[in-house]
Amino acid sequence: MPLAQTSSIVPVVVDKALCIADKGCTVCVDVCPLDVLRIAASDDGTQTAYMKYDECWYCMPCEADCPTGAVTVNLPYLLK
Amino acid sequence: MDEILDGTTQIDCDILIIGGGTAGPMAALKAKRKNPEANVVLLDKANVKRSGAISMGMDGLNNSVIPGYATPEQYTKEITIANDGIVDQKAVYRYADECYGIIQELDQFGIRFQKDQNGEYDVKKVHHIGTYVLPMPNGDTVKKALYRQLRKARINIVNRYMATRLLTGEDRIAGAICVNTRTAEFLVVRAKAVIMALGAAGRLGLPSSGYLYGTYENASNSGEGYAMSYHAGAGLANLECFQINPLIKDYNGPACAYVAGPMGGYTANAQGERFIECDYWSGQMMQEFYDELQGGKGPVYLKLNHLAEETVAEIERVLHIVERPTRGHFHKGRGTDYRTEMIEMHISEVGFCSGHSASGVFVDEHARTTIPGLYAAGDMANVPHNYMLGAFTNGAFAGLDAVDYIKDVDFADFDMGEVDAEQTRVLAPTKRDDGIPPNQIEYKTRRFVNDYLQPPKVTAKMELAQRRFAEVRHDMENEMYVRDSHELMRSLEASTILDCADMAAAASLYRTESRWGLYHNRVEYERDDENWFCHTILTKGDDGKPAHRKQPVQPYVVEIDDDEKNAYANQRVNSTVAAE
Ligand SMILES: Cc1cc2nc3c(=O)[nH]c(=O)nc-3n(C[C@H](O)[C@H](O)[C@H](O)COP(=O)(O)OP(=O)(O)OC[C@H]3O[C@@H](n4cnc5c(N)ncnc54)[C@H](O)[C@@H]3O)c2cc1C
Ligand code: SF4
Ligand code: SF4
Repeated sequence: MPLAQTSSIVPVVVDKALCIADKGCTVCVDVCPLDVLRIAASDDGTQTAYMKYDECWYCMPCEADCPTGAVTVNLPYLLK
Repeated sequence: MDEILDGTTQIDCDILIIGGGTAGPMAALKAKRKNPEANVVLLDKANVKRSGAISMGMDGLNNSVIPGYATPEQYTKEITIANDGIVDQKAVYRYADECYGIIQELDQFGIRFQKDQNGEYDVKKVHHIGTYVLPMPNGDTVKKALYRQLRKARINIVNRYMATRLLTGEDRIAGAICVNTRTAEFLVVRAKAVIMALGAAGRLGLPSSGYLYGTYENASNSGEGYAMSYHAGAGLANLECFQINPLIKDYNGPACAYVAGPMGGYTANAQGERFIECDYWSGQMMQEFYDELQGGKGPVYLKLNHLAEETVAEIERVLHIVERPTRGHFHKGRGTDYRTEMIEMHISEVGFCSGHSASGVFVDEHARTTIPGLYAAGDMANVPHNYMLGAFTNGAFAGLDAVDYIKDVDFADFDMGEVDAEQTRVLAPTKRDDGIPPNQIEYKTRRFVNDYLQPPKVTAKMELAQRRFAEVRHDMENEMYVRDSHELMRSLEASTILDCADMAAAASLYRTESRWGLYHNRVEYERDDENWFCHTILTKGDDGKPAHRKQPVQPYVVEIDDDEKNAYANQRVNSTVAAE
C-alpha cells in the first residue's frame, strides 16, 4: 500500500536570496536539535536550506545561528 | 543524507556519557579534569552545541542554595515537603550543600547571575518557604559557554548518534549500542562506566495542540534514558509521579511565574483573582490549577496587566529573548499584550521528569543507578525537583564518581548476540515494503496516554490503556515501516514512547493511594501513609513486563515538624483576593 501525500505548511522558511548553502554553509542543518532541515539543489544548480520534516520545537537555533539571517522561525500552524 | 547504509563500528572509551544537554557536559568536564588521562566520550542524538533543554538559554536558576539566603537544611526540608515526603534526603542535601560551588564555576565560564546594588546575589522568593530563584541576565549564553569549555577540555564529542540500548555483562555496565540518525549505521561503544543524561521523557502525553513536537520538553528528549535503563535491568523510581506543568495554552512553553512572580505577576482565575498561594510548581499546586479549570472558574491566566509599564517591559525582555524566544512571535500572532489582557494558561501533557517532579531512574547521592558502573543525572534521574542546577551538580557528582570507579575495572564482557538482536530490532522497519509510518504509531500511543492515563487516574481506564498499548505494540513490531534513516530515528523513538507508556500505566496501577497532588491523583484511593510511605521501584520482570517493589524511604537527615508537613497541601488562597 502506498503512503498518502498529506501536505502540511512548515513553520521554518529560508530566504533563498540570503542563503549561502552554495558556499558550503550548513549551519542551520547542523544545529537543529530535531534534525529537520536539509539542503536542496534547485534545477539551476543553486543550493538552499529548507525544512524537510514538519517536526519542529520552534526553539530557534537555526535562526539565531544562521550567518546571513536567512532563516525565519514561525510557529507550527496547529499551535499558532 | 538520510539513506539507509549498512555498517557497524566499535569504539572503546573509559567513560561514555550519553546526552550532551546540561548534566552530560558537566559530567564530562568534571571527569576529564579529575583524570586528564581518561578517554571521555560525550555522545548526543542532536548536536551538543545546541542540544537539550537549555539549547537557547535559561531564564535563571530555579533552585539555588546560596549562603546568606538559604541553608542546605532549609532547602532539603522544602523539597521534602514539596515532594510529599517521598524523598531520600541524602541526595537532595548533597546537592544543596555543593551547588553553590557549581554556581561559582558557571560564573567563571562567563554565565552571569543577577546581583543587587551591593554586589550580592539578587535571589528571589518563589517557593513556599525559602528563597532560591536566581535570575541569569545573560541566560542566552549558557549553552555557548558550556560548549566552549568542552572544546577547551578536548572532550571527544560524537554528534547525531542515538543510543538505543545499554550493554551489560558480568553484572555491570559494558557499553551502549547507538545508531547514526542520518545513515542508520551502528556504533557499538565499549565503556568501563556509562553516565546517562538523556533528559526527560517529554513525548509521552500529546499536547492539546495535537502537534507531536509542540511539547513542554525539548522534543528530542523522547525518553530513551528511561527505556534503556528498563531494558538493561536498572530500577526506576516513582514513575507514577508524573510531570504536569502549568503553561501558556497552545504555545506550551512555561508561563514563567518564576520570572514574573517576583515582579508582581501571578496565576489568576477568570475573575482575575489569585487562587494559589505560591506559584512554585508542585503536584499540590497543579491540583488547585486543575480544580479551578474544572470547577467553572477557569480559564486560568497569567496576570500581568496590573503592573507598571517598566515592569511589563522588563518581563517581556526576559521572556521573549531567552528560554523560548518564539514566545514573542506567539503573542504577536494572537495579538495578545501583557499590558491589556491576561494570558490564557493550561495544563501540559504528562511526562516523566525529575527536573520538575520526581519520576526517574533510581540513583543515590553519587548518581549511581542500581547497575554498577552505570550513572544517571539530570531530568531522568530521580533526585526530585532537580532543575538546571540539579542537572549540572548531579552531573558533576556522576563524573567524579565514575573516575574512581574505572580505576579498578576493565571492560566487562558482553554477549555479542545482544548487538545482533538489537540490529535486527532496529532495522526491522527498513526491511518491509510498506506498513505504518512511525508518526502514526507515536500519535496513537500518545493519544491513548491522554485518554487513559492523564490524572485523575481511574483503574479501569488504565487497564484499558494497557490493552490498547499491547495492540499498538503488536502493530509496531509487525508493521512499522520507514523509508529513510531519519524516519528510522523516529521509529526508534516511537518504540521508546510506547515503553514509557507501558511503564506509566503499570507504575500508576501499582501505587494504590493518591500522592503528589494531581501527579498521582487516583480517584478510588485516599492518601495512605501507613502502607505507602515508600518509593516504588519498577524493573523489567522475567516475563519481559514491568515488575514492582516497594523500597523504604531512607531515614530523614533533616527532620520535618508536624506543622510543616502540610505547607504544600494548603495551597488554596483562603478567601480569594481581588486584583489590585
Ligand atoms: C522550556 C524549559 C524551561 C526551563 N526553565 C528552567 C529555568 O528557568 N530554570 C531552571 O533551573 N530549569 C529550567 N528548566 C529545567 C532544566 O532546563 C532541566 O531540568 C535541565 O536542563 C535538564 O538537563 P538534562 O541534562 O537532564 O537534559 P537536557 O539538557 O535536555 O539534555 C538531554 C540530552 O540528551 C540528548 N538525548 C536524548 N535522547 C538521546 C539518545 N537516545 N541518544 C543520545 N542522546 C540523546 C538530547 O539531545 C539532549 O542533548 C526548563 C526546562 C524547559 C524544558
Ligand atoms: S545557516 Fe543560513 S546561510 Fe547557512 S545554510 Fe542555513 S539558511 Fe543557508
Ligand atoms: S526552530 Fe528548532 S526544531 Fe525548528 S527547525 Fe529551527 S532549530 Fe530545528
